[in-house]
Amino acid sequence: MGISPVLWQFLVKWLNASALFPREASTIAPYMDSLYFFLIAITLVGVFLVAALLVTFSIRYRKAVHPVATQVEGSTLLEATWTIIPLGLFLICFVWGALLYFRIYTPPANSSNIYIVGKQWMWKAEHPGGQHEINALHVPVGQPIQLTLISQDVFHSFSIPEFRIKREVIPGRYSTVWFEATTPGQYHLFCTQYCGTDHSAMIGTITALSPADYKKWTEQSTSGMSLAQNGERIFASMGCNACHTGNAAARGPNLAGVYGSRLRLTNGSDVLVNEAYLRDAILNPSQHVTSGYTPIMPTYQGQISEDGLIDLVEYLKNLISNDRVQQTLTTSQSGQAAPQASGVVKP
Amino acid sequence: MSAPSPTILNLPDQSTAQLPRRNFINAEHGLLSWLFTSDHKRIAILYLISITFFFFIGGAFAGLIRLELLTPQPDLVSSDTYNKFFTMHGIIMIFLFLVPSVPATLGNFLIPMMIGARDLAFPKINLLSWYLYVIGGTLTLTALVLGGVDTGWTFTAPLSTHYLNTHVITTASAIFVAGFSSIFTGLNFIVTIHRMRCPGMTWFRMPLFVWAHYAASILMVLGTPVVAIALVLVILERLVGIGVFDPTKGGDPLLFQHLFWFYSHPAVYIMILPGMGVISEVVSTFSRKRIFGYTAVAFSSVAIALFGFFVWEHHMFIMGVSNYSALIFSLLTMLVAVPSAIKIFNWCFTLQQGSITFETPMLYAFGFMGLFTIGGLTGVFLGSLGMDIQLTETYFIVAHFHFVMVGGMLMAFLAGVHFWWPKMTGRMYPESLSKLAAVVTFIGFILTFMPQFVLGYLGMPRRYHAYPPEFQVLNVLSTAGATILGIGYLMPMIYLAWSLKYGAIAGDNPWQATGLEWQTQSPPLTENFIEIPIMDHEAYDYDWLEHKTADEVTHVG
Repeated sequence: MGISPVLWQFLVKWLNASALFPREASTIAPYMDSLYFFLIAITLVGVFLVAALLVTFSIRYRKAVHPVATQVEGSTLLEATWTIIPLGLFLICFVWGALLYFRIYTPPANSSNIYIVGKQWMWKAEHPGGQHEINALHVPVGQPIQLTLISQDVFHSFSIPEFRIKREVIPGRYSTVWFEATTPGQYHLFCTQYCGTDHSAMIGTITALSPADYKKWTEQSTSGMSLAQNGERIFASMGCNACHTGNAAARGPNLAGVYGSRLRLTNGSDVLVNEAYLRDAILNPSQHVTSGYTPIMPTYQGQISEDGLIDLVEYLKNLISNDRVQQTLTTSQSGQAAPQASGVVKP
Repeated sequence: MSAPSPTILNLPDQSTAQLPRRNFINAEHGLLSWLFTSDHKRIAILYLISITFFFFIGGAFAGLIRLELLTPQPDLVSSDTYNKFFTMHGIIMIFLFLVPSVPATLGNFLIPMMIGARDLAFPKINLLSWYLYVIGGTLTLTALVLGGVDTGWTFTAPLSTHYLNTHVITTASAIFVAGFSSIFTGLNFIVTIHRMRCPGMTWFRMPLFVWAHYAASILMVLGTPVVAIALVLVILERLVGIGVFDPTKGGDPLLFQHLFWFYSHPAVYIMILPGMGVISEVVSTFSRKRIFGYTAVAFSSVAIALFGFFVWEHHMFIMGVSNYSALIFSLLTMLVAVPSAIKIFNWCFTLQQGSITFETPMLYAFGFMGLFTIGGLTGVFLGSLGMDIQLTETYFIVAHFHFVMVGGMLMAFLAGVHFWWPKMTGRMYPESLSKLAAVVTFIGFILTFMPQFVLGYLGMPRRYHAYPPEFQVLNVLSTAGATILGIGYLMPMIYLAWSLKYGAIAGDNPWQATGLEWQTQSPPLTENFIEIPIMDHEAYDYDWLEHKTADEVTHVG
């Protein structure tokens, strides 16, 4: 911003006190507000211009003072003026808005991820460390946070006005948004997409904490099992490890280190393995067969909840080696063998 | 000559004047003569009565919504009921009032007269389209009486397809049927404008009202089938679960929004373009001047219609569409704003060098220009990608589209109804009372919707039954404004009805306007003109009108 920080502070404080603008509580907020003020300025100029023209002409050319109209056909110069000037202004709005949009929807590389699941009519937040929250979200200030959002049922929308961010929460598809809180405090969380009966009750509280307080909070409120640990359990209990053993001869591809890599599929396309791809590959395996493998994997549609899928995705993201996969497999196979051994001593 | 009078109103001597002995209203008698008429003017009156009926039903729901929002707590009605209120308000106001408002009433009445034709190209299809409208309206009322529907007017899948057990199918069928009414009206206008212009009526001699309706008709004919398809898919999804929008069956819920907005964004221009046509006529008449930049205004209507088809994704910027497609749609949205700016400035400069008088239609037109400018420029906020993230799905959106639809379109509709009331009924409305109504409407409107812009930036989501207490002050202001607005809309209803019997006899051309519709008796004959007129002058040629009047005086004298 080109104006002095003191004046800026004063403006922001005054505006906050008169409650015409929400507090600025994220790094994005000042960028959003300066675009907002620019757009308001354009609007005021436009409205005053139109009003001034209407009033001036109404007074100067009212019938009492100007009884006979002078016919004028038009003016190419004027037409060009009011085509090009608005167009130029609108194009500035376009470029400025586009820059802001890409800023809000492109998370920085060092952001930490929190999963959000929306359902009629509550928000569930899943921290990778195993903290689970309902209609609440605790975040540290000064640290970019990426949210990976998904809906279990209908469209919802995750909005934190004081952070100036909002993202649609879509059934069957991950969407992402990021923010970096700047001021500790409590902020509104709204669902802004109409989602049925209790739409207006699908609200929550965002609590931004100083890094020290946040550390304290994470330690106090962990469930004891990280998302990845939950995911590992599901991986074993659903029998994923039977095929995805990591052996060269296995029926399923090796999943260790697959996250972030590029895969060639049997249909010839190249894909980047991200959260969305992992989720889709579990639910619609026949659409995502890695080149060199046969489409034998059954669909898991309807068998794993969105929370379970998040656990699995988080597990696969952190899967670096197959040692534990094979270990679990051996244990479970020996477990299957166990009844036979004990069958000997059956009465 | 003495000092010029402050009005151009030119009424016949009231002691001797009487309504024309033969006209389209008394040509036939009895209810059946109206229900089976094929006269475009009678069909327009049928439409006027039916859309006014639905306007007040939709308005009643708006009143209930504002009443509930007076307090932050959800205390007046239950959440489900509240959701039904705003759904019914939206569906009735958009599909049963705004879309047919100007085209089906004023357009129907005036387009044949303006281009010197005896009727529309397909009079019976015109009647059919009114019946389809009535069937659509009746189905909507049926859904309402049976218990309502709570999808929101946008019918967003999968909420509407899988999660609600209200009367979605009935309502969707209602809109499907009403949509065909709109398609037929558009088709009729296009063919009429192409084929039925009187001798000498070239494209660039047509009034701008006709140009605006031509552009809107193209949108109706090409856009409406898409929303019809989207609604049929919703119905099929509910009935047999075809899975087009269901992600568990490989469908895509976002597809619904693409289909829906492919119609519903152009629908905004279906609603506003005919209103802009009204403003062109009114501004020209009351400043006694040809519209400044006639061709620019005409082509800007067509440009709006063309660009209007390629901006629908701006309703979905936060919905996980590709960032790059969002870029393109944002750019196109900026382009579609330009023709509207062109129109506004051309209307302003029409006043320059004019001889302006301030009758009621002109006041409404001024109201339109002010409010539509705000509505249009706040649209630029929403088209600007980053800004849209904060503003979309909040009260800012609500305020924006009410500025365009109510501040713009409804003002234009009222301007048009007052302007052509003497032509349609043969009688004048009471001038000072109607000026008061115009001012009351303007003040009520500003007070209702200005606070909602602020609420939107503060983050208050739309369609909220309850809201955080710090938003209450602004909501109370808005509700107070809505009360004033309500009075502003009731007044014309009452004094226009009064004027049907007691209004002054208007004569052929009370405003001294140039359109062909004014060069015949009021109310017109069933066949509009005794002989088909010949258009031997440009549109808005006030010199021609003066000579014609002078000629008549000499001839009669």
